Amino acid sequence: MDTIVDVSLVLLSISLLIAFYRLVKGPSMPDRVVALDLIGVILIGIMALFSIKFVSKNYFDAMLVLAILAFMGTTAMAKFLVKGVIIDRDSD
Amino acid sequence: MNNLILRTIAKRTFYLFVAFSLYLLFRGHNLPGGGFIAGLLTVAAIVLQYLAFDIKYVQKLLPIDYINVAVMGLVLATLTGIGGMFLGYPFLTQAFDYYTIPIFGTVELATALLFDIGVYLVVIGSVLTIISAIGDEKPWNS
Repeated sequence: MDTIVDVSLVLLSISLLIAFYRLVKGPSMPDRVVALDLIGVILIGIMALFSIKFVSKNYFDAMLVLAILAFMGTTAMAKFLVKGVIIDRDSD
Repeated sequence: MNNLILRTIAKRTFYLFVAFSLYLLFRGHNLPGGGFIAGLLTVAAIVLQYLAFDIKYVQKLLPIDYINVAVMGLVLATLTGIGGMFLGYPFLTQAFDYYTIPIFGTVELATALLFDIGVYLVVIGSVLTIISAIGDEKPWNS
């Protein structure tokens, strides 16, 4: 079990690096937004593995908070890319 | 713009976000959580309404001035700090005790919770003031 968790941590770290490469290099803005969202999801997975490795329940709340904030960021960036304005004064 | 999915999700998840932030607030001083992150989550819930709807809708939903919320929280946190000084302890001394309440059983009530509520209100008020001030500009491409 410990070996599996360690191997998964290494794999997730490698995918974090790949996502970070896309974040820096990404030719267009949507690439960077998707890379940021992917980094958030990978961080949640790393925290879940930590909570298995250290047998602790305290990581769950941090995972929820990170999921909510990553969702907010992705939504705001998507709306900015589509409409050019994040907060409407008076929609439709 | 037809964002029916976002609007439906924003309406439904508002109460979930606020409930989770209150949970983080009330367990704050012994476990991970506390006033700051709870305030940030409440701000996230309200900003989601800003994203899905518009400024008019949120002002109808929450007809308050956010800067007053920040000031109220700051006053509450400061009064909690000063409260210990009347009993001869240093500034920001906190106290706690165990009480038995009919439904909840034995709970720990701490004055650190009042301080945390103050921090919570300060974070909500100041961040929402900043976001609504920035968001109320003219759009850059129209």
